[in-house]
Amino acid sequence: MTKDLSRKDRTLGETLRSQGVSRRSFLKFCAATASMMALPPSMIPTIANALEKARRPSVIWLSFQECTGCTESLTRAHTASVESLIFDSISLDYHHTLQAAAGHAAEAAREAAMEENHGKYLVVVDGSIPNGNNGYSTIAGISNYDMLIETAKGAAAIVTVGTCAAFGGIPHAKPNPTGAVSVSDIIKDKPIINVPGCPPIPVVITGVLTHFLTFGTIPDLDNLGRPKTFFGQSIHDRCYRRPFYDKGLFAETFDDEGARQGWCLYKLGCKGPTTYNACATTKWNGGVSFPIEAGHPCIGCSEPNFWDGGGFYKAISIPTENITKTTMYAAAAGVAAGVAIGATGRMKKSAAGKAHQKVTIDDLEK
Amino acid sequence: MSEEAAIPQFNIQIGNDLTWNVQPILHEIRHALDKLLETGETRVIDLRSIPLAPGEEDRIIDTLCCGEVHAKLNALGPSEIYETRFAGVWLVTHHNEENDIIGRFIEITRIPDILKSQHEDMSIAVHQLENELSEAAESNKPETDAETNT
Repeated sequence: MTKDLSRKDRTLGETLRSQGVSRRSFLKFCAATASMMALPPSMIPTIANALEKARRPSVIWLSFQECTGCTESLTRAHTASVESLIFDSISLDYHHTLQAAAGHAAEAAREAAMEENHGKYLVVVDGSIPNGNNGYSTIAGISNYDMLIETAKGAAAIVTVGTCAAFGGIPHAKPNPTGAVSVSDIIKDKPIINVPGCPPIPVVITGVLTHFLTFGTIPDLDNLGRPKTFFGQSIHDRCYRRPFYDKGLFAETFDDEGARQGWCLYKLGCKGPTTYNACATTKWNGGVSFPIEAGHPCIGCSEPNFWDGGGFYKAISIPTENITKTTMYAAAAGVAAGVAIGATGRMKKSAAGKAHQKVTIDDLEK
Repeated sequence: MSEEAAIPQFNIQIGNDLTWNVQPILHEIRHALDKLLETGETRVIDLRSIPLAPGEEDRIIDTLCCGEVHAKLNALGPSEIYETRFAGVWLVTHHNEENDIIGRFIEITRIPDILKSQHEDMSIAVHQLENELSEAAESNKPETDAETNT
């Protein structure tokens, strides 16, 4: 126990030196961290100074109505050395998927961490909370609702990981049988940082934790409580296919000439114009690619109600049965050309559909 | 139709005439190099913060590389540092221990900081060298002393 406490008291710099990590390695780590946090390289010395002095915060991770995809995203992250260094520098005191203890022993660990670090610990939540009948999801006989209320009381801040915790996500989709709600629907008196995505990009999760560790503050947030560093720009604005959009070059089906040429996927239902996330620059699988690069439209998984958004393969501004509503969507997205494109889109799509009898949007919508 | 011709070919590697961010980055490097010469101000460009189409990062590297200096580090995984064929423009690529790229930067500087010996490491090195020298001296001493005493 004494050994554990002394380890907790160490700064990150002391922890790394005790592991034989040189200053040069530490600077490399800081450069990778700055890149991961989407901070300008000029911030590297500031990050190095702050991380050198940072102490290990206690983290309590609560998993409610979720699929464990968010934890998988994080633990399968490719940039292993950066993530492992970050996790060496936090004290993950409760995570019932990862911890060895179970049942009452696990709950005792959570209660001990809350008591020891009152007012200073971070709560990470993945999964939504059933608020119709609390019995839909319980842990050790404690309802998700009660556990959230109890754990949030002494927290410095709450990080919601994944769209379920941030906005309700898939459990919240119609008809929402469990009455699923987000963390911010319940907790009103604590700072909440939303890190949505289904799942979120792993480096975005660690980037937010690192920001708290580095600066001890909450990052700048947008109107939906998401860190602007990662969610400040739309997928569309940062997409490498954007110039095709500007030139009016679109794939009409998944196997036409436009698709082969790598043109914009807007007419295939891409939600890039209305979706804010870092996929287009940070990318996935260690920076290898992201859905649009693999030829699939963005499905808008980091936005509220994405599952009830009206179809993954329906273009956001192609006029359908309700032109007024669709035009409003286009205006909201700031897509000036959208309506004009939409007016001609159906005709072109129909022609393309006749030319290619393989997989069509309609097939995918069935 | 042959079997090969029946397989759709998708162009996810954008063609040579359809790239957009390569030229602006090269211009940014030129301006930064001008400034380094005039004022000594250095600049770092994080290639991972810029939207690049498949193949564009390679095109930037192909355009710049390679000059006279090539250094390798082994610090939390390998890193490679090249001075490009344009003096003062360096390409720094950091890998993790699984050899995945965790950062790629273009540095416009006389020498990247990460290549310089760090103050903290030198302090540890002095102590280490002192210890090793005194241990070596100790290991030579006893035999002579023992002989003198008897």
